[in-house]
Amino acid sequence: MGRGADLSDPQPAATLRASGLRPGPLAAGLAAVVVAVTAGLTIGPVDIAAHRVALELLDGLPGVTVDSGLSDAHSAIVEQIRLPRVILGLLVGATLSVSGAAYQGAFRNPLADPYLLGIAAGAGLGATIAITSNLGDGAGMLDPVPLAAFAGALVSVTVSYAAGHLGGRSVASLILAGIAVASFLTACQTYVLQANSDAFRQIFAWILGRIATSGWSEPALMLPYFAVTAAVVLRYRRALDVLAVGDEEAAALGLDPRRVRMIVVLAASLGAAAAVSVSGLIGFVGIIVPHAVRLAFGASNRAVLPLSILFGGAFMVLADLAARTALAPAELPIGVVTAFLGAPFFVLVLRTSRREIW
Amino acid sequence: MTPATSQPVGEPGGTPVAAAVRVRALDVTLDGTHVLRGVDLAAAKGEWVNIIGPNGAGKTTLLRALLGLVAFHGEITIDGLSDRRRSARARKVAYVPQTPVIPPGMLVADYVLLGRTPHRGVFAAETVHDRSIVAEILARLDLGGFGERTVQSLSGGERQRAVMARALAQQADVLLLDEPTTALDLGHQQDVLELIDALRRERGLTVIATLHDLTLAARYGDRIAILARGRVAETGPPAEVLTVQSISEHFGASVRIVDDPEGPVIVPTTAASAQNGDQP
Repeated sequence: MGRGADLSDPQPAATLRASGLRPGPLAAGLAAVVVAVTAGLTIGPVDIAAHRVALELLDGLPGVTVDSGLSDAHSAIVEQIRLPRVILGLLVGATLSVSGAAYQGAFRNPLADPYLLGIAAGAGLGATIAITSNLGDGAGMLDPVPLAAFAGALVSVTVSYAAGHLGGRSVASLILAGIAVASFLTACQTYVLQANSDAFRQIFAWILGRIATSGWSEPALMLPYFAVTAAVVLRYRRALDVLAVGDEEAAALGLDPRRVRMIVVLAASLGAAAAVSVSGLIGFVGIIVPHAVRLAFGASNRAVLPLSILFGGAFMVLADLAARTALAPAELPIGVVTAFLGAPFFVLVLRTSRREIW
Repeated sequence: MTPATSQPVGEPGGTPVAAAVRVRALDVTLDGTHVLRGVDLAAAKGEWVNIIGPNGAGKTTLLRALLGLVAFHGEITIDGLSDRRRSARARKVAYVPQTPVIPPGMLVADYVLLGRTPHRGVFAAETVHDRSIVAEILARLDLGGFGERTVQSLSGGERQRAVMARALAQQADVLLLDEPTTALDLGHQQDVLELIDALRRERGLTVIATLHDLTLAARYGDRIAILARGRVAETGPPAEVLTVQSISEHFGASVRIVDDPEGPVIVPTTAASAQNGDQP
């Protein structure tokens, strides 16, 4: 039939559009990032004019010398304090959002988030053990808390995946295995916590999350994980659209559903584990950003995944701005802000959008 | 006699036509249950074969084996090719499942474009060629104005056509349909079967379908294979295969068969009428 269906006249194709990343939504996402970064760099205990910040950033580029007119102190605030923090916010928000979107696609479940396979519980246990056992107080890459959190997160995903596939081939068995592993690790964490009640406050602060930087080490740590996660997940964006018709039909279309799911989930988990280890458990972002993007721009993963990166990054930078300015000089835990700002915003989007996304 | 000619298919008494689908000694075991036992089946190019049989006979498993979705012993050759790789198979065989998964929020155009996946691979963007094929199929199936709607928003009959459109977009020569009429009212059942018949004539498709309605199975399609307890019990033209005796034996059903110019009509009989000796 192949021969019969070939058209000599390609006219109708012009009227048939496939979903994908269109210029409008892409421009909106980039604009959101620009607005968030500008706000993050200019607003704070010291307000610094946007044009001076722009000149200062320009000055920082290799081979460019311009006078921003900022004092040394203000220039240090921009370059050493605010810029790394804004960049870390972008990376963490983008990673958690794109991981959440990838999980939702891979599991075909709107409630999936990057913590589905026990990453939060594993990271929480790792961090709790590191904090309570006083494993030294190294900073940046040598800080034992993020290292232990990262290790705990990876162990939990690996165990969930192995256990889920032992139980059967269905997506549900994998999710159930994740729930079992998370419950087990949370129980372990609670036990360690009870035995070391003096560390409660410190552990609780870690769990609520923060975008805090000491210079550039955290953004530098996060960047490669974000890059790998984003590259792999974006490469599989079409495969996730095929997977939307279920494993059986996807296989009949030539896909290997289990292989696609494993690659996507492992890549998303790697990024999420890194994000959790540098900024603690920031909830909600991995669920609301992808769904808000779907409601606004449609359900195709070809658009949802790249737009989740842009809007997720912008959202996190703005949430962090609120976290550090609302009760300045005190800082709110960012997990509180993402839910406090995110939930009403999401309900608003849910009420105003007429799209069916799930 | 060589195996290739031992099972002539096509017009009775005519020259054997090259088989588009040939199944030999197919054995499938699922979770320790021997579902298919030594199934032999062939369909000539352009032929429509209906597989009927009681619930649990293995009809869906047979289709899934043809699609390469279950592990099997034996031989399945499609268009002379016994390649078990998924994408190679998906270019040869298209599938309309009994209850298709309706992907949330997906537009009809994107849904039908999924049928192009086996041709361009999963990492490449669709080409103008892909889009023109899909546009032609949507127009042929009266879904021309539906491209920007979601699959979820379609009615039952429209959804069935969207699933058919996706299968046709695969441009496979063999079309497998699992109970394509189950969820539809009589009018839409007829529409779908007429559409399949028209498409297979236009495009030279080989059709293998499972059907529960025996009268429809007799009316549409060239040949019937009765699958019972994992084996092909009988195969042949509808009028030969659908007898009171065979239906009683394989379905445990008490029926009367009314001859009609367009094929046998299978009418269930009640216990009361059987006692009254009301059978012809």
